Amino acid sequence: MPVRPTARPVRAARTTLRTRPALPALLALTLAAAGTLTACGGGSGSDPDTLKVSFKQSTDNSIKVMDTYLADIKKQFEKANPGKKVEFVPIKAPDSEYYTKLQQMLRSPKTAPDLVYEDTFLINSDITSGYLKPLDPYLAKWKDWGQFIDTAKAAAKGEDGKTYGVPDGTDTRGLWFSKDIFKKAGLPADWQPKTWDDVLEAARAIKKKVPGVTPLNVYTGKPAGEAATMQGFEMLLYGTNDGTTDPLYDKASKKWIAGSQGFKDALGFVETVYKEKLGPDVSDALDPNFGTRVRGELLPEGKLGIDLDGSWLPQDWLEGSGHEWPEWSQKLGLAHMPTQNGQAPGKVSMSGGWTWSIPAKAGNPDLAFEFVKTMQTKANAQKWYIANSGIAVRKDVAADPAYVDAQPGIKFFTDLVASTHYRPAYPAYPKVSTAIQEAMEGVTTGDASVEDAAKSYDEELKSATDGKVIEK
Amino acid sequence: MKTATGPGLAKRPGRAPAPATPGTRPRHVPFLRALPVTPAVVLLLLFLAGPIAYCAYIAFTDLQLTGQAEDSFVGLDNFRAAFDDEAFRNAVWLTLVFTVISALLGQNTLGLALAALMQRASKPVRTLVGAVVITAWVLPEVVAGFLLYAFFRREGTLNAILDWLHLPTQNWLFTLPILAVSFANVWRGTAFSMLVYSAALNEIPKEITEAAEVDGAGGWRRMWHITLPMIRRSIGTNLMLITLQTLSVFGLIWVMTRGGPGGKSQTLPLFMYEEAFQKSMIGYGTAVALLLLVVGSLFSVVYLRLLRTEV
Repeated sequence: MPVRPTARPVRAARTTLRTRPALPALLALTLAAAGTLTACGGGSGSDPDTLKVSFKQSTDNSIKVMDTYLADIKKQFEKANPGKKVEFVPIKAPDSEYYTKLQQMLRSPKTAPDLVYEDTFLINSDITSGYLKPLDPYLAKWKDWGQFIDTAKAAAKGEDGKTYGVPDGTDTRGLWFSKDIFKKAGLPADWQPKTWDDVLEAARAIKKKVPGVTPLNVYTGKPAGEAATMQGFEMLLYGTNDGTTDPLYDKASKKWIAGSQGFKDALGFVETVYKEKLGPDVSDALDPNFGTRVRGELLPEGKLGIDLDGSWLPQDWLEGSGHEWPEWSQKLGLAHMPTQNGQAPGKVSMSGGWTWSIPAKAGNPDLAFEFVKTMQTKANAQKWYIANSGIAVRKDVAADPAYVDAQPGIKFFTDLVASTHYRPAYPAYPKVSTAIQEAMEGVTTGDASVEDAAKSYDEELKSATDGKVIEK
Repeated sequence: MKTATGPGLAKRPGRAPAPATPGTRPRHVPFLRALPVTPAVVLLLLFLAGPIAYCAYIAFTDLQLTGQAEDSFVGLDNFRAAFDDEAFRNAVWLTLVFTVISALLGQNTLGLALAALMQRASKPVRTLVGAVVITAWVLPEVVAGFLLYAFFRREGTLNAILDWLHLPTQNWLFTLPILAVSFANVWRGTAFSMLVYSAALNEIPKEITEAAEVDGAGGWRRMWHITLPMIRRSIGTNLMLITLQTLSVFGLIWVMTRGGPGGKSQTLPLFMYEEAFQKSMIGYGTAVALLLLVVGSLFSVVYLRLLRTEV
């Protein structure tokens, strides 16, 4: 830090007054602020024979699923394209920081890689910024594109109707529960709650009868980032209405929905979980690395009763992943998340997923698409879905018994695709999502009542969406 | 910065160096003398003033990291939005609390006390205390943050001690976050004040203290009437430097609490980071950075004023 005088403070103390340290120190302070903005890496320029691929590396060092898979693709690609080299530019960061780092790279041709891994959560925002290249000319000539299911294709479509990414799978969400804990609490091994109250009742039973474990985990608050919004809040919110209309965004008027009862009810659920101490200790829940602990410690060690979480959990427990836990399918049960009062369609799931996209400032876009094609041969795609516990977005893979039987749970989560929801991932969405996390955090810590938290969400929503808000 | 004036002129701090009386010194000499520093000035302008100017410019735009095709000039909107924003006002308040508790009260007084006590201590004690305090200062901010996180967390050292003493325990980072991070900053930053004051105390001529002692002045009176007035300048310098350091503390708080829970330890640098990089609003975040700069300048002006009138 430039403001910290490092050189011989004793002498400095004697002379600084006369030399007026204020100005340089203040300048340095601003520079520190400005420096973080410009944060430029040393651009090496673009070599036509080197393909640079950026992806999100796990912050858990023992998890190498993506690294292993990509290393294999690199081998295939370099063999099939003599003279071409693949260079990986992994970004090792939690989700929320991955986006920031990636966006900074995408801003400049010097740092933009040739291929990037984009979360569908932010893809529309990055499309609007002009960071990504439309892939339609490539897709038109690629016969495998026909194998992708339509909802998945839509996930990477911009508001201009062009497609900006090739999805490499999707995900769904549900309730994971520990059969051991359920047994001790006198709950059935084939548990399937019908309403929110059923979920809370099960958690209460665990709290009463199985001391020392966390009854129910619902991700919450800003530290958890999008996990809080999607695995937590939206899994509740999308179960509050008739199951077909979007409770966050009104497509007809193109406005975001404020002041809805469903929103308050979903917040009320979160409040109940933390107020009644059915969830993790609040200070744990607000620890940014809590997700890693849930997968790595709490579930495998039998310390968590019910976990509202994504379909990808087993990727951490597969062989070679660092936390092998092959018995998980005997130890854990799966139930779909019910709607609020059990109204149709009875279950809720949210879907997202990631896509491979080519930055607008990429030096080698053609080569990048060749790499995508290599990744998306049926065999490679199938290998990837199985490796990362992903849900297939290719019809040929979804129909393949080798995929369906590869892992326990795949069928359960693939069946949820029929009743799943996609987020309104428009450019304002990341800010809306932060506003949701703030509201959740308020009721989690008990700082705000449900009413107050919902009210401040409405205000935040207005400023985040430039007033494009509708009361419903 | 050293100005290219003769040594005689530097004796009047706080005033612009008066131009030499015409006739006694030819006018062009200062320019010639300034020549050697020109490269440094150019570099400063390029690498210091350049980014600052750019920074000041984007504070007046609605530049975003993502979600926008073009940015535009929005005038004072960002500043208006900041003052309307309750979270911003909360961050300003917490920044002041953090600075006053950890820099002005904590680091400053503790540093002075340590320095004064060490004057009288035997050499081994002095070396040992000095080494311990300076180790805390030398540790990188993030490492210090992790250490104090481990100290304050629910299963942490502090609670282990309290438990052993049969006192109630709590998750300090959750119940008293701003105090916990303030303590961390005191722990980390006291060494600097201690060094400054040790140097200043060593400069006080022995005869004066001895004379006071002969006149019958006790320890406190000597401190109040002799020591403090004599090290006044060092106090001012020290206060200014540690205030500026403390205003920009980021890593320590980020590691310990991330500004939470619920914004209860979110000082301005953390607020700025969140707005700029997590919500992608670079323009707004930069405007907040400029406001932080204003807070820093206000403190500096106050210190300079206090000192100037007394010199």
